[in-house]
Amino acid sequence: MSEPVAVKLTAKDFKSDQEVRWCPGCGDYAILAAIQQFMPELNIPRERTVFVSGIGCSSRFPYYMNTYGMHSIHGRAPAIATGLSVSRPDLSVWVVTGDGDALSIGGNHLIHALRRNVNLKILLFNNRIYGLTKGQYSPTSEVGKITKSTPSGSADAPFNPLSLALGAEASFVGRTIDSDRKHLQSVLRAAAEHEGSAFVEIYQNCNIFNDGAFEQLKDPSTRDDYLIRLEHGQPITFGADGQFCVVHPPGGFGLEVRETSAVRPEEIVVHDATVADPAYAFALSRLPGLDLRNTPIGVFRSVDRPSYDSVVQAQLAAAKATVTETPEQQLAGLLGSGDTWTIV
Amino acid sequence: MTKQIRQLDRVVIRFAGDSGDGMQLTGDRFTSETAQLGNDISTLPNFPAEIRAPAGTLPGVSSFQVHFADYDILTPGDAPNVLVAMNPAALKANLADLPRGADIIVNTDEFTKRNLAKVGYQTSPLDDDSLAGYVVHPVALTSMTVGALATHQVSKKDAERSKNMFALGLLSWMYSRPYESTLRFLERKFAARPELVAANVAAFKAGWNFGETTEDFAVRYEVKPAKMKPGTYRNITGNAALSLGLVAAGVRSGLPVFLGAYPITPASDILHELSKHKRFGVLTVQAEDEIAAVGAALGASYGGSLGVTTTSGPGVALKSETISLAVALELPLVIVDVQRAGPSTGMPTKTEQADLNMALYGRHGEAPVAVIAPRSPSDCFFAALEAARIALTYRTPVILLSDNYVANGSEPWLLPDVESLPDLRVEFATKPNGEDGTTFLPYLRDPETLARPWAIPGTAGLEHRIGGLEKADKTGDISYDPANHDFMVRTRAARIETIPVPDIEVEDPDGDARVLVLGWGSTYGPIGAACRGVRQRGLSIAQAHLRHLAPMPANLGEVLRSYDKVVIPEMNLGQLAHVIRARYLVDAISYNQVRGLPFTAAELETTLEEVLKNV
Repeated sequence: MSEPVAVKLTAKDFKSDQEVRWCPGCGDYAILAAIQQFMPELNIPRERTVFVSGIGCSSRFPYYMNTYGMHSIHGRAPAIATGLSVSRPDLSVWVVTGDGDALSIGGNHLIHALRRNVNLKILLFNNRIYGLTKGQYSPTSEVGKITKSTPSGSADAPFNPLSLALGAEASFVGRTIDSDRKHLQSVLRAAAEHEGSAFVEIYQNCNIFNDGAFEQLKDPSTRDDYLIRLEHGQPITFGADGQFCVVHPPGGFGLEVRETSAVRPEEIVVHDATVADPAYAFALSRLPGLDLRNTPIGVFRSVDRPSYDSVVQAQLAAAKATVTETPEQQLAGLLGSGDTWTIV
Repeated sequence: MTKQIRQLDRVVIRFAGDSGDGMQLTGDRFTSETAQLGNDISTLPNFPAEIRAPAGTLPGVSSFQVHFADYDILTPGDAPNVLVAMNPAALKANLADLPRGADIIVNTDEFTKRNLAKVGYQTSPLDDDSLAGYVVHPVALTSMTVGALATHQVSKKDAERSKNMFALGLLSWMYSRPYESTLRFLERKFAARPELVAANVAAFKAGWNFGETTEDFAVRYEVKPAKMKPGTYRNITGNAALSLGLVAAGVRSGLPVFLGAYPITPASDILHELSKHKRFGVLTVQAEDEIAAVGAALGASYGGSLGVTTTSGPGVALKSETISLAVALELPLVIVDVQRAGPSTGMPTKTEQADLNMALYGRHGEAPVAVIAPRSPSDCFFAALEAARIALTYRTPVILLSDNYVANGSEPWLLPDVESLPDLRVEFATKPNGEDGTTFLPYLRDPETLARPWAIPGTAGLEHRIGGLEKADKTGDISYDPANHDFMVRTRAARIETIPVPDIEVEDPDGDARVLVLGWGSTYGPIGAACRGVRQRGLSIAQAHLRHLAPMPANLGEVLRSYDKVVIPEMNLGQLAHVIRARYLVDAISYNQVRGLPFTAAELETTLEEVLKNV
């Protein structure tokens, strides 16, 4: 592969010639535009960037990026991307997936990619519904969701994607929202810089089958009271004039939201994404209620852990370093190893 | 005393004992000694799926059969001339396979009331006349081993465990085997525990010396070296040969080999072997499941590796969707199916050829792939290279159908000259291929191979998107156009059908045979041995064996139609026969057996003679 040449790219360079075919008004448009605009600042040549997706509305994403891309099969993108990433450490590999693709049919691959810490940037577009199959409930739909496949309301409890990722030993976990381009880009920037798996949940509106699912987080009249914007090193406060804050109540296991005026300043938790114990980020992930109140966004967790790719490549490099022969000589030696005998 | 020495042309020995008795190792060492002597060899291990079934029970019996001769042989032998039975269960489980007059060496120490009761013997078969038709050699293997090691610094348990080396020593003496390789082996195996090296060597020598001195063994046998082509040989199992073939494919293509695998019997040994060859740039990933294993392999192929996944039937079923994706993406991928008896978990350590239909047809949509099958353990090496050649040249998934019989069986292998192996180098796309000089068309085909360009990520100017949705010819853009889909489906079929494969060869030494036996895969040995037997009786019969099952050789129809009758023996219920009947309208006679064991040459011989009578 040739060495990358520094060329200043723009959002336009990342747009493919394919007509974008999501429904008008879909949150995916905003995410696509934000990513196309953000990619140039990574300074990674387009040819070194690969988007791999599974199946679902979000998984059409690679077709619209003028990079390398593969639209694969349902749920398997993390597995395919693992093979690509570990064998090609020179590439920047991104996985685009949805709540059905990643958490239902592909749940196993997702947790194992995170556990291994494969060098993948995993973007989960969560709209809490199956869109491409026209409106069945998903593993992130709220209990009691009435859909075509659950006319009496869904009976099963949803996954909390961030809790799941943290339980799977993810080294980087973040959340952002389709409509907040600046915030989305800031989280992706941090994800891109992370060595190992970076898992980012993006709340995405499906205006056809689950419209307004995250409206309280977007509506200017409610969002400040609902959203907790996590900033590393800053006390966690939110609401008008920092009306609310997050504390770690003595004797409790998790975090709780309080009126800021009711607690001493030193009781307010200062956000630290680098805390080794995943219990902290897990507690953050458990703050939101069913009504989306107290939803943290930002980088929950970002810790250093060797990526699977780097460990595997180091083993290969160490083995290859001992080689003094040509591959053919090595092969002849290997074939003739063990107990041999010669017939003349 | 001076022992009589008798010359034999061939011998079949079966070592049988409890799973924990080390029979596989004993058989393996005897095989290695025999190989050193220059006999032709064929082996057949037979073991339970349970790692340690309850001791002394019938399900816990593990055996290893070795056939060696002073001429070229094709099978591990139908029936043992000698059975080494380490306990009553081993005797009971194997007795039915022995012809009258066979030698049975039994470990009398294990013939206790309790052990006899475990397998339903009311009285000891050593004490009644139930073994009257055999030559029984009662040997107190365990106590003599323990006695021989009395002065050694090993526990009683370790001393008892060395009894397999006593047995090996005795058999090595009986058949005049050179044992230096075994002594070297023991030194390597127990390098960390010198006291165990000494104990095992002492046990081996005690067994050898027992044979030399006891009057019970009056005859010693010799089997002269076989006439084999000059060159350097090693004894090799199918799984080992297949692994080396994949390493060789990496060397000859210049591509890194990437193996994605999930442990499954009887394919796991390929993963174990390939994980040792990082020096060659072989990268192995033990995936979370079968689907991830093939997915990772496909991802690696997309990135420019030779992607390989190894499994058995249940794993292929799980990989099916990804193999179809590979058909759509038109990327190289080698899928190794070491077949075992199914359906479902079936009999994981027993052999079968029942995945042919799945390999040929087991995918959604019209999803043709190339399919090839090795005919013997050492042939697995060349079959792996051939699978890689087709995958890389024609950018297609290739299913390699091995099975438990060739995978775990072994035979001498004349080591090939590395330079004589096929050149598998490929060219990645490096520049736009459109007429305007700037456009890249990922589905513009090579007119000769119908392969599309392999443009790997990292290549500037060739950024493109591929996927499972139907693609427009040439551009690869998403297309729902009816005519395009029809064209692409037919093109994918043609891509496989037009892969040039060698013509099938017919072996008919008499030249006037009217009956052809057609086989595929691991039945080559038993069919060949049966044909020899038929010919020795003065009858003519022709044998042809398929390596390429998709596409099939161009001359196959003509060959089939030139015989009055075609017999197709298979270890399934007639899967190849179905294909042959459908494709060539030949009224083939299907002969089937699904017992988890390879055909015996004798049963095939009988079948073929029946057919010949009616021609």
